[in-house]
Amino acid sequence: MNLRRLFAVSRKEVLQLRRDRRSMVLAFLLPLLLLLLFGYAISWDVREIATAVWDADNTPQSRALLDAFWASGYFDEVARVDDAAAAGAVLDRSEASVVLALPRGFARNLASGETATVQALVDGSDANTATIVLAYSRAIVLGYGARVRLEGGKPPLPLHVQSRVWYNEELRSRNMIVPGLVAVIMMIIAAMLTSLTLSREWERGTMEQLASTPVTRAEVVLGKLLPYLAIGMIDVAATSAVGVLLFDVPFRGSVLLLAVLSFLFLLGASGIGIFVSAGSKSQLLATQVAMIVSYLPSLLLSGFMFAISSMPAPLRAITYLIPARYFLVVTRGIFLKGVGIEVLRGEALLMAIFAVAGVTLAVVRFKKEIE
Amino acid sequence: MSAALGFSPARVAEMLRKELRQIFRDPQLYRILFIAPVVQLLMFGYAVSTDVRHTRTFVIDHAGDAASRRVVEALTAGGFFDVVGRSTRDADLVTELDHGRAVVGLVIPPRFGADLAAGDASVQLLVDGTNSNVATVALGQAEGILSSLGVALVPPTISGETLVPPIELRDRAWYNPDLASRDYNVPGVVGVLLFLVCMLLTALAVVRERELGTLEQLMVTPLLPLELVAGKALPFALIGLVDLVLVTLLAVLWFGVPLVGSPLLLLFATVLFLLPSLGLGLLISTTSKTQQEAFMASYLTLVPAILLSGFMFPVASMPPLFRTLSLLNPLRHYLEIVRGIFLKGVGLPELWRAHLWLLALGVAFVGVAAARFQKRIG
Repeated sequence: MNLRRLFAVSRKEVLQLRRDRRSMVLAFLLPLLLLLLFGYAISWDVREIATAVWDADNTPQSRALLDAFWASGYFDEVARVDDAAAAGAVLDRSEASVVLALPRGFARNLASGETATVQALVDGSDANTATIVLAYSRAIVLGYGARVRLEGGKPPLPLHVQSRVWYNEELRSRNMIVPGLVAVIMMIIAAMLTSLTLSREWERGTMEQLASTPVTRAEVVLGKLLPYLAIGMIDVAATSAVGVLLFDVPFRGSVLLLAVLSFLFLLGASGIGIFVSAGSKSQLLATQVAMIVSYLPSLLLSGFMFAISSMPAPLRAITYLIPARYFLVVTRGIFLKGVGIEVLRGEALLMAIFAVAGVTLAVVRFKKEIE
Repeated sequence: MSAALGFSPARVAEMLRKELRQIFRDPQLYRILFIAPVVQLLMFGYAVSTDVRHTRTFVIDHAGDAASRRVVEALTAGGFFDVVGRSTRDADLVTELDHGRAVVGLVIPPRFGADLAAGDASVQLLVDGTNSNVATVALGQAEGILSSLGVALVPPTISGETLVPPIELRDRAWYNPDLASRDYNVPGVVGVLLFLVCMLLTALAVVRERELGTLEQLMVTPLLPLELVAGKALPFALIGLVDLVLVTLLAVLWFGVPLVGSPLLLLFATVLFLLPSLGLGLLISTTSKTQQEAFMASYLTLVPAILLSGFMFPVASMPPLFRTLSLLNPLRHYLEIVRGIFLKGVGLPELWRAHLWLLALGVAFVGVAAARFQKRIG
């Protein structure tokens, strides 16, 4: 291997890349767009729950319970209803996602020591939001019940639960998404961008020119990889910086460890991109193949948004073949948990294997010869 | 050109026949049109799940008595929590959470049974918040289970009364009583797939014609620009409708998602939704010179459109600015309709606004695309 020739290939690739508008869009505009969308626009945090009230009791006690709901900061009153039909209608029209129904006799039962009931009618169509709404409601009702017991001079309930959340104390979905986004953006750079490189040469007919030069296969592949590794590392640094500085995502681990492991992941993923590129002579086909074999699975099956533990067993087995799965453990571990190599060494080893395999596969499949 | 005086359905039909023949001659396209949606529905249907069950739980039991065993039993009984390990050293829990081998830690203090008999016991729950969604849900489940256990555990001898909880929350989930996330997600996938197929393929088809230079051939025929646009877009509208039937059947028969509302209204809404989808595809085709460029532009449109549609992230959780912006997103309105029809069984009285938005967006997108198309050709 000759380093001078390798760098020459890199320089040529950079020149070509700078002139290619859509590659530049993929490399810099798309990560920015994703970061803004995920950072600002979307989240799973359930706040300002549109709540309709059906207060058939209408006593100071029922109003006190409702006040406990408003004071929690999660629920917003949007409507008052006074019968079952109206309650159904607000749910049907999606004006409210939950109806709190306090039946007549609520205050009387509470005073006499019988169990008073509250009903939460929740729009279950969005199962996830509904589950969270019910969890919040239950906690508020329990807290209110405990207060009523205390004020009535009765002993408190015998079992307390003290809950503490680690790593992401306020349970913000942004803290979960942004470290994951580092991995997703790398997949875009590595797989989609590099998938264009060799097929571009075929499409433009410059592969013949390349073939007539003395560069070896490994020099071509590695030379072409270098610029993308640089872009990828820049994107990782920029994404992390924006995440930490603008979106207040905690960064508790080692920057150096993140850099090293990101590099390993990038190497493997770009290798796969070149591998795809080597097999397809049209850029369009290469992008589509790269999207299906590496980008979509990384997005869906890596645990980025959907917990792997919730998937059915066969799908869970497939996730072990997806390198982004391991990288995601790494980014979340370093950002949120602040763990080091002693915890992440298994993932690091797998990613090192992935890197070697990716580059080797690319070199082996790429044939310079013109048939 | 005397032949080009009025809009002629016969000429459009002729062009439609040519387009369909061209599409079905390409075996690769065939795969994209019919096999890809099925594969994607299966993948999304299984992977996109936000149900939280079998959460990995590590137990630190300092008490080791009958009462502490009852707590663990109660927690695991419903299938929401699985015990993956036990220990009596707090440091072990830290290791398990750090490694991600456990998501929830339950700490039971020493003399738990005695404390409980005295009426004042506590347990600690530690939750790994890395996945905020799983953590929120698991925390709610655990607190619910443990507090109802607290009521059940009170020995009547102490309080002298049979204890009843002072207040009880009865919850009922409408439309989706089991709170299965699949019932919500699969109808959403229907919308995303239709959007993808119609927009991307329309854009690619027109640009390919330009790449091959056959667009000029079409221009010298007596076809009006509007007829040309209609002839290009219609085959994909037909394919979109076939995909709708295919994917809906799969959702209902394979995934068992209920279709409570009217299939006829679903069809009507889909026709309305095809308008803006095809319009966007045509719009992209007027700005791209190569198929590769059209693919990138479609992708850059799809990503924000899907993320800001409420498909995975609720519209209600967006900041006000983006909530307003998402009104311009046809997918958002279509998903509202699809989910309303599938799960809630509601009809036009509840959904007319979303239909109107689709129509307005469709007219706008197709109008702009047709105008730009005309200018480029003329």
